[in-house]
Amino acid sequence: MENYTVERSKVELTKEDFVSDQMVKWCPGCGDHAILSSVANVFPKIGYRKENFCLVSGIGCSSRFPYYVNTYGFHSIHGRAAAVSSGVKIANPHLSVWMATGDGDSMAIGGNHFIHIIRRNIDINIMLFNNQIYGLTKGQYSPTTPMGSITKTSPQGTIEHPFNPGELILGAQGTFFARGVDTNPKMMTEIFFEAARHDGTSVVEILQNCVIFADKTHSQITSKDLRDDHQIHLKNGEPMLFGKEKNKGIRMRNSRLEIVEIGKDGITEEDILVHDQYQQDPGLHLMLAKMAPPHLPIALGVIRSAMYPTYDDLVEEQLKYAKTNSKIKNMDDLLNSGDTWVID
Amino acid sequence: MTGKTKKQFIEREDVVVKFVGDSGDGMQLTGTLFSDNAAIGGNDIATFPDYPAEIRAPHNTIAGVSGFQVHIGKKVHTTGDLCDVLVAMNPASLKSNLKWAKVGATIIVDVDSFDERSIVKAGYASNPMDDDSLGKYNLIKAPITSFTKECLKELTTDVKTAEKSRNMFALGIIFFIFDRKFDTTFEYLDIKFKKNPLISEINKTVMKAGYIFAENVDALESQIHIPKATLEKGKYRNITGNVATAWGLLAASEKSGIPLFLGSYPITPATEILMELAKHKSLGAKVFQAEDEIAGICSAIGASFAGSMACTTTSGPGLSLKSEAIGLAVMTELPLVIVDVQRGGPSTGLPTKSEQSDLYQALFGRNGEAPCIIIAASSPSNCFYFAFEAAKLSMEHMTPVILLTDGYLGNGSQLFKIPKMADLPKINPPIAKPNDPDYKPYRRDPETFVRQWAIPGTEGLRHRIGGLEKENIIGTVSTDPQNHQLMVDLREAKVQKVADFIPTQTLTGKKDADILVVSWGGTQGAVLSAVEALQAEGKSIAHAHFNYIMPLPKNTADILSGHKKIIVCELNSGQFVNYLRMKHPENQYRQFNKVQGLPFFVNELTAAFNQILEEK
Repeated sequence: MENYTVERSKVELTKEDFVSDQMVKWCPGCGDHAILSSVANVFPKIGYRKENFCLVSGIGCSSRFPYYVNTYGFHSIHGRAAAVSSGVKIANPHLSVWMATGDGDSMAIGGNHFIHIIRRNIDINIMLFNNQIYGLTKGQYSPTTPMGSITKTSPQGTIEHPFNPGELILGAQGTFFARGVDTNPKMMTEIFFEAARHDGTSVVEILQNCVIFADKTHSQITSKDLRDDHQIHLKNGEPMLFGKEKNKGIRMRNSRLEIVEIGKDGITEEDILVHDQYQQDPGLHLMLAKMAPPHLPIALGVIRSAMYPTYDDLVEEQLKYAKTNSKIKNMDDLLNSGDTWVID
Repeated sequence: MTGKTKKQFIEREDVVVKFVGDSGDGMQLTGTLFSDNAAIGGNDIATFPDYPAEIRAPHNTIAGVSGFQVHIGKKVHTTGDLCDVLVAMNPASLKSNLKWAKVGATIIVDVDSFDERSIVKAGYASNPMDDDSLGKYNLIKAPITSFTKECLKELTTDVKTAEKSRNMFALGIIFFIFDRKFDTTFEYLDIKFKKNPLISEINKTVMKAGYIFAENVDALESQIHIPKATLEKGKYRNITGNVATAWGLLAASEKSGIPLFLGSYPITPATEILMELAKHKSLGAKVFQAEDEIAGICSAIGASFAGSMACTTTSGPGLSLKSEAIGLAVMTELPLVIVDVQRGGPSTGLPTKSEQSDLYQALFGRNGEAPCIIIAASSPSNCFYFAFEAAKLSMEHMTPVILLTDGYLGNGSQLFKIPKMADLPKINPPIAKPNDPDYKPYRRDPETFVRQWAIPGTEGLRHRIGGLEKENIIGTVSTDPQNHQLMVDLREAKVQKVADFIPTQTLTGKKDADILVVSWGGTQGAVLSAVEALQAEGKSIAHAHFNYIMPLPKNTADILSGHKKIIVCELNSGQFVNYLRMKHPENQYRQFNKVQGLPFFVNELTAAFNQILEEK
């Protein structure tokens, strides 16, 4: 299939090419600052013409993003960023479309659009800022808030089972899912680069800290003393090892994933699973996406990146086919097609 | 044809024929074959299909009745009120449609279908073929099923094929009554069944048999001639309102050079526009069947931002779902065509029936001060021109346009004089030039207040827009009170300014007529027919039919003045009349309303107008 690629920049771009003149109004210490910085770092590396980047967002703290990046940008309405960006990409497949959204915007009010953009595999890069809270409306629980959390609208603790975005994305036939944390900008930049390279809907969940309403919600994953044991950085083709000494690994046993220690009970690196982000079967990807402390480390990095045709490419293919094969070449042809007669 | 010469001819200006039967009896095809034949033969036509919401309701029940009405004549404005000829293929269709037949109408029934079981299923207490309940009509009891089988004995032994071609027998009878020639219809059948000539032969044989049967029925003692239409010279076709809408949008896309994007979700009675546009990828139309109404419009807004001629199509409940997003298009000042094929409401309402009750929703159904251009088509064929106009106004004035049509216009068909693309007006969207040093997102044309369309990908025009209020000219987020007032005023002024670019309102009749009848949108045919009938009687009555609602034409005050009484007719409880009371409070308005999911009938309008004329 022909690839409808984005035009590359003729000159080398830098981070400064993408910094907007707008004052960034997120709270001091908010994880969003790190995400913004990673995006500004990765756009020049991707190498497209700066006019071909287009940022689309919904509503929420995350969705102020487009104002802070000097590209074409559209700050839309709550939950609808996936629909707006679908229209942008289908209308012009030569744009590199990026969507900034949050757990409220995409998991709640925009849930329908979110699953359908993924199902269609439209070539858009989605940055899902998951802070497990409604920040902009000041502290109500979201669809990813852990059960039992005390928030402004759950004074006795939430009684809802939260979504794990990864499960939802793979359930919606996602072709690309990666996870990063706001405390590791270097890894975020790498993930964004891979997301841009992937043809199809790339969803990057970023575990992001809201310092005001859900501070330390990800501390089990990000805190200095726990992170080495509670995070595993997946790399394609490499064994799934983690821990300060890189001596712990993930093994499949009785159809379940478990932690083992190299050198203990005769375990060698041979027993450890090797990551294959490109495999079509999402079975193991789903198991990896579901891993969570304390029983298993959370998986970071690119979990899945499978090749499937994209919606926007197929649209162009159909148009091209129709233009070549249809007898109707213009409106006069159409108006005069079929049964017509002359009155004189 | 073979035949006797006993028949005599009657001349009629116009006639209404309705074909009814069970879903699957082929009534839509039968009606279409008749109307196409009449049109090619030189008559003016208008048709309306009347089919159930169910796909295949139980056989021979009232719920399963499907119909097709054809109005043919020298000049027809509507699909007709009551019918002069009713063809009923089974008891249920007779039971449910008799009320739409004129007293004295010719009723042709397939008498073979009136068996005990079907009669009971249709809800008859006794067989209407045997009692005298149909005494007021010219009843033709035609043994359609048995005669069809009989005439096909040599061509096929398949009972199903014979039963399927019963409709052609009925069509043959109608062809006799209206003295129609077979040639164009036979040609059509030959082409349609090119791969299966036997089927074509069967259909032709049955049609001829029906014709001969009719020739020999004493109750059909005269044939009806309808004079040829006095139509403008040119090339014509038959077209439904929904197809005309789709084509109008395609034409605007070609004329402007801006590719068409449709984001839409299936909804009765608007779905045909989506289906029609999906066929025309060769003209560059990108059609996105969205996951819901909201995604339909939001994808269109995204496409508009990206430089497409964006459209979304829907009906009343869908327009409700799109409200918030229309506000986004107002705020971002992006072009967008929203087509609302109105149906009976509120809520799910009467999905297959027609109403004009979405006008308030179009005018006022959004949060904040959110003006849109609103225009309304008034016939199936002018849906083409109003769809074109909606797209033109939207792109040239950088604002959403709501085009109101309705179920009757959308599904109804009419003759359409085929235009030449070269004759359609130019469309000039205000597209920003690459690297324009003066470009600012909300810099406006000083005359029209229209901002420029800076399309992503264009060098030197990177900018951000969105649903938050923006500072005029520079386009950054602003909560400044004075700026908000200014932007609200500018968005309103921009839409009002459109009045300078639309035609002035016309009047049918005299400026000083005692009564001015006002109507808008899909009721034009019925209201005009009623007014013309009274004018022909010398009554002092005039008619103003509005297609431009927001803004109103510049001469509206003048049109409304100088009459003793104004009566506003519409298929709702009085939405346009209240809008006129708001915009032109200097007049007193009377109103004539109907909210039954039915169109206006000409006779109820003439009765209403006569009553007002007779008041002292």
